[in-house]
Amino acid sequence: MIEVLNFGLAALILGLAVWTIVAREAPAAVVGFIVYGLLLTLVWVQLQGIDVALTEAAIGGGLTGVLLISAAVRLRSTESTARAQRPSASTRWLAAALSAAVTAALSICVLALPEPAPTLAPEVLANIAVTEVGNPITAVLLAFRAMDTLLEAIVLLFALIGVWSLAPDRAWGGRPGLLQQADPNGILAYVARVLPPIGIVAGIYIFWIGADHPGGKFQGATILAAMWLLVMMAGLADAPPISRRWLRWLLVAGPLAFIAVGVVGAVTAGAFLSYPQGYAKTLILVIEFALMPTLTLILGLMLLGAPQRGETS
Amino acid sequence: MTAGTLFGLCAAVLIGFGLYGLIVNPHPLRKILAFNVVGSGVFLLFGAIAYRGAGAGMGGDPVPQALLITGIVVAFSATALAVALLLRLFDETGSVTLSSDPPPKSGDDTGAH
Amino acid sequence: MLTTSGGWLLLLAVLAPFVGVLAGLALGGRNAQRVAMLLLPVGLAVAIGIAGSLVQSGETVVYLLGGWAPPLGIALRADGLSAVMLLAIAVVVCGIGVYARADFGSAAGEPEQRASFVYWLLLLAVWGSLNLVFVSGDLFTLYVALELLTFSGVPLVCLDGKGETLRAALRYLLFALAGSLLYLLGAVLLYGGYGTLDIVLLGARVQPEPIAWAAATLMTVGLLAKTALFPLHIWLPPAHAGAPAAASAVLSALVVKGSWFLVLRLWFDVMPGVVTLPAAQLLAGLGATAIVVGSVVALRQERLKLLVAYSTIAQIGYLFLLFPLAFDASGSMLVHGAVLTGGLLQAVAHATAKAGMFMAAGLIYAALGHDRIADLGGVARAMPVTVLAFAIAGLALMGVVPSGAYLAKKLLLDAADSSGQWWWTIVLQGGAAFTAGYVVLVLTNALRRPAAPVKLVKRVSRLSEYAALALAVCSLLLAFAALGPVPSSFISNPLLPKELGPTLLVFLGGALLALGLSRRSLFGTGDTDGSMRRAAVAVGRGFEQTDAFLRRWPTAGLALLLLAAAFAWLMLSRSL
Repeated sequence: MIEVLNFGLAALILGLAVWTIVAREAPAAVVGFIVYGLLLTLVWVQLQGIDVALTEAAIGGGLTGVLLISAAVRLRSTESTARAQRPSASTRWLAAALSAAVTAALSICVLALPEPAPTLAPEVLANIAVTEVGNPITAVLLAFRAMDTLLEAIVLLFALIGVWSLAPDRAWGGRPGLLQQADPNGILAYVARVLPPIGIVAGIYIFWIGADHPGGKFQGATILAAMWLLVMMAGLADAPPISRRWLRWLLVAGPLAFIAVGVVGAVTAGAFLSYPQGYAKTLILVIEFALMPTLTLILGLMLLGAPQRGETS
Repeated sequence: MTAGTLFGLCAAVLIGFGLYGLIVNPHPLRKILAFNVVGSGVFLLFGAIAYRGAGAGMGGDPVPQALLITGIVVAFSATALAVALLLRLFDETGSVTLSSDPPPKSGDDTGAH
Repeated sequence: MLTTSGGWLLLLAVLAPFVGVLAGLALGGRNAQRVAMLLLPVGLAVAIGIAGSLVQSGETVVYLLGGWAPPLGIALRADGLSAVMLLAIAVVVCGIGVYARADFGSAAGEPEQRASFVYWLLLLAVWGSLNLVFVSGDLFTLYVALELLTFSGVPLVCLDGKGETLRAALRYLLFALAGSLLYLLGAVLLYGGYGTLDIVLLGARVQPEPIAWAAATLMTVGLLAKTALFPLHIWLPPAHAGAPAAASAVLSALVVKGSWFLVLRLWFDVMPGVVTLPAAQLLAGLGATAIVVGSVVALRQERLKLLVAYSTIAQIGYLFLLFPLAFDASGSMLVHGAVLTGGLLQAVAHATAKAGMFMAAGLIYAALGHDRIADLGGVARAMPVTVLAFAIAGLALMGVVPSGAYLAKKLLLDAADSSGQWWWTIVLQGGAAFTAGYVVLVLTNALRRPAAPVKLVKRVSRLSEYAALALAVCSLLLAFAALGPVPSSFISNPLLPKELGPTLLVFLGGALLALGLSRRSLFGTGDTDGSMRRAAVAVGRGFEQTDAFLRRWPTAGLALLLLAAAFAWLMLSRSL
């Protein structure tokens, strides 16, 4: 039964991927991609990766989908010009042949993967007690390979700086995105009033339980960011200007706190990002607490885009 | 066929589809979509590898799964930057073609410092 | 594997620039520049400290993050390769930082301006990301480092906000992202096959088999796309030429070194026994083609910045000549040795010289209001320091004694002789003439007496001129710095007939190329071109058209996959 489910999922995913690539209109392709993301979430559940499934649903399908669909709608007018530039049939055949060759080579590799599979699960199990968390993925993300998580927060921040740098000079320091006007009695405004309290609770819950169960700050922050975006999309609140001090400090607070905890570890436990005996869970929670607002802000701001309006608008 | 092998092969096909789309589709937004398909294929392959590494009481090898979370977030930020750049290009020039521009004939007005 | 004393310096090298970005972002306004200038000497000191620690202990400097050892944790490692690159990059960043004060400096009390604020953040971001590439010992952390580098480099391309630069930036971003994904795919395969992502552990476990071949191919090709090695150079010319000069210097001298360095790490440390000599020959063959095509197309340019951008493509080719020469006697495995030192010297020489060249070109553009090569007459008299900087950088790249490139060339020539690969001797000796070609072209135009006295639109900052000159001189004198690990018999008096002869030949060859191929005739009017020149111009135009064809997206994408197929074949054919 599970076999049939897996085969079905695989077939659907491949079909949707084809749709995403060859669909004529970009908005249709993006919608296909969003459904693809949701099905991929199910695949992750099948592969016993619940944390990954949560992340894929929230960020891979959710946020990426919102980003792409708003872009697709804005760029509608450019589609026909682009279609006229399609490469010749011979180029497309060659591309198809080469891509098929890549697939074939990768398939050989998949079938040639060693049996029994090399794995770090036993090592994680042996060392997880020291980290005082119950979720092995949290242990990897915030203890064994904490540097990667720090760098990930920094990557997000650099991408945001890159997005901001695209602002026209006159709008620098101003508010991102365009002012949203939604009917104050319409369904969007209604949803934007009802949903956020529930969403905020859900987001914080998912963040909190991440220490011992699937969840964590990225998934939680995504939900919070989505609620914030909803409120802004309905016109109930406006995007903050990017020159505001509090915004800047909140953005850097997460990574700075992470580095500070790392330094504390270096001083007390002998290495950057190691945790002194008995304080591991506390320090991990400090990092996660500090990162939550930063991540929420970054994710929301990245979706809003570069500043478009001056500060006083 | 185990789930690991099945989805590993599925991932290989996804990567092939995505590469085709990346090369052939002239519109940058479709390229970004294709890039995301390739990315999800790579992640799916990693996930299949994690599934094969199940053991010690866990359903899958936690190290690849943790790295996948990082990877998905990084891919999202790449998409966000690319989309922002694309929209800005559209706002500034009205077109989104990526085709190579011929070197300008006279050097001082079109551009760059 | 344990943390060594001095290992914390590795962490500092990465974190200091990043903390600088955070501080600059939060404090805002002019503080971004202040923080950056403050960190320049700090970063330099850290790089010197790491080199010192390495020399003192004689072993690789190691730092275990969190106290966890690989394969569970991540290790930072610095060997000689890393230490030299850390130091070189620190020096170049310092030079660029001083230079950029004129372009992107803000006066006290001014409100925050976009370009001047963002530039300093991006400069620090590139620096920190590069340092991470040089010291990280884990393949996934390296993937994150590559993405950091891309996100820091792309906004530099379109810093002026004009349409063409935005287009170039988008092309760069998409191609670079494709490259990163291929790299990640290879890393994923390696984990699936060997259960670790640590470089040292992988080096011990990897065997020549399908998974390793696939990983090697994918990662190499992905990194080549990010390094813009011919024929994957689609994004580089418009991106580097379109960026402001201070940004072009960062992109050309620094950013491309990151992915090149990873190819080195991959081939020499992760898979020395998997990559085969034929695959290395292909890699160097691409490099040789890059030198020829890049130099010829550079000669055909009308604008100085595009010329320098194409010369970057040519110089990147040089960086890949070392691979087939670094195999051991049996031709089966790559070894660390004199050839690697040579390649390293080439990279450092290129970084300093190219930064100096772009800085000089930027100063000329700012002063004249344009960068048309044909109208550069009189600039040498008006801005002697700048033109001198350009000339010295050019000499250094040509491999005139005692530049680093000269020493690198000698080391590679020795290896070519001893391994019997005579064709690389030809490439190494001939390549210098191609470089001389475009240097001669620019200098002849700059030294020409103009019809009317040249009008300077703007006075350029003396400090910037001297920064450019300083970096160019560094490149020229690099050989002296490298005397330690290399016997001093390698450096001889440049004025001895033995050395002068080949140098003059190189100049002559370059002059001939410039005469033949440049777009406008070097002397007087080009109305009555001889048949020789017409033939040469036709050849030059052919090269330009080939380059334009390769720089179309579908062609570049197909080239990417075809190269992957070629590499895969050359690696597995040894086992057939």
